[in-house]
Amino acid sequence: MTGVVAVTTPYSVPVPLMDALQVTVLVLVAAGATAVVLTRRPVRQVIVLSAYGLMLAILFMAFQAPDVTLSELTVGGVALPLLLLLALAKVRKKEE
Amino acid sequence: MTPSARRWAFLIAGAGLVAFYLWGLTGLPGFGDYPGPYGFILNQVAVGQTKATAVVSAINFEYRGFDTVGEEFILFVAAAGVSVVLRHLRGERDRSAMDEALGRGAAPTSDAVRMVALVFTGPTVVIGWYLATHAQTSPSGGFQGGVVLATAFILIYLSGQFLMFKRVSPVALADAAEAVGAGGFALVGLSALPLSMPYLSNVLPLGHTPGAIDSSGTIALISLFVGVEVAAAFVLIVGELLEQTLLVRQEGG
Repeated sequence: MTGVVAVTTPYSVPVPLMDALQVTVLVLVAAGATAVVLTRRPVRQVIVLSAYGLMLAILFMAFQAPDVTLSELTVGGVALPLLLLLALAKVRKKEE
Repeated sequence: MTPSARRWAFLIAGAGLVAFYLWGLTGLPGFGDYPGPYGFILNQVAVGQTKATAVVSAINFEYRGFDTVGEEFILFVAAAGVSVVLRHLRGERDRSAMDEALGRGAAPTSDAVRMVALVFTGPTVVIGWYLATHAQTSPSGGFQGGVVLATAFILIYLSGQFLMFKRVSPVALADAAEAVGAGGFALVGLSALPLSMPYLSNVLPLGHTPGAIDSSGTIALISLFVGVEVAAAFVLIVGELLEQTLLVRQEGG
């Protein structure tokens, strides 16, 4: 379309290698998401979800979005699993 | 409806969904295709205009700063809502929450967990503070920094020190910090109005060296306020939930 300014990105990693990395991480994320859905016990599911958050963080890194990586690392890897675990602890006390 | 009729309804509807989905996929632009001009323009002009070398921060806190104010207040309202709902419950007697296995103490925290949590607390504070105060230089920002800072408080809890967690993050202080963070952001935006400039204009000196710690004017300041707000909001939410959980444990056992 309207190429206002041509941007040249100085890749330090060869493009085919970068593509291979991105495809690998995409496949890993798909596998991770499936693993989260297939895990039945809630507590175990939270731990798998946390690992899946780490995979997503690597995905954002491979797609050159380091700031989103930082957010995902802390929110998906720590904050969300912690909130879920606390909610589970409260619910479990009620059930006992 | 009989089970077989239901199955047929599902199969037909599912086949239709797959067909439309695949049709939609073929119309997508190519992977990594970016038609719009704004990204290219910002890549060229952002560093010169804002003196921030992290263009993402420049976009978040300057070019679309007004959107970020909105996002900020979403988190503020969410944290306030959680505290209101949970604090209301604390005064009530929650009968169903009784622990029936009386005399069963909570499992003690293992030494390994305590050790790791204590070792990581200091570095986590440093990284969080660095991220929140260096939005203008490198990929980081108030949100990331704030969540990392909140993680430091959670590590203190993980090391088995709930009382310490409450001592270093009293509810009144977290409440105040959250309000200061959210209000500070809004006030930085308002400070441009007396100078007859639009809301959230960058009124502070931009500095000379792009990416230096004193560069980029309000971008760095707003990022710091966002960091304080986000850290306080997460500590508040987690603190309220922890207190609820432990209260149940205490009353029961």
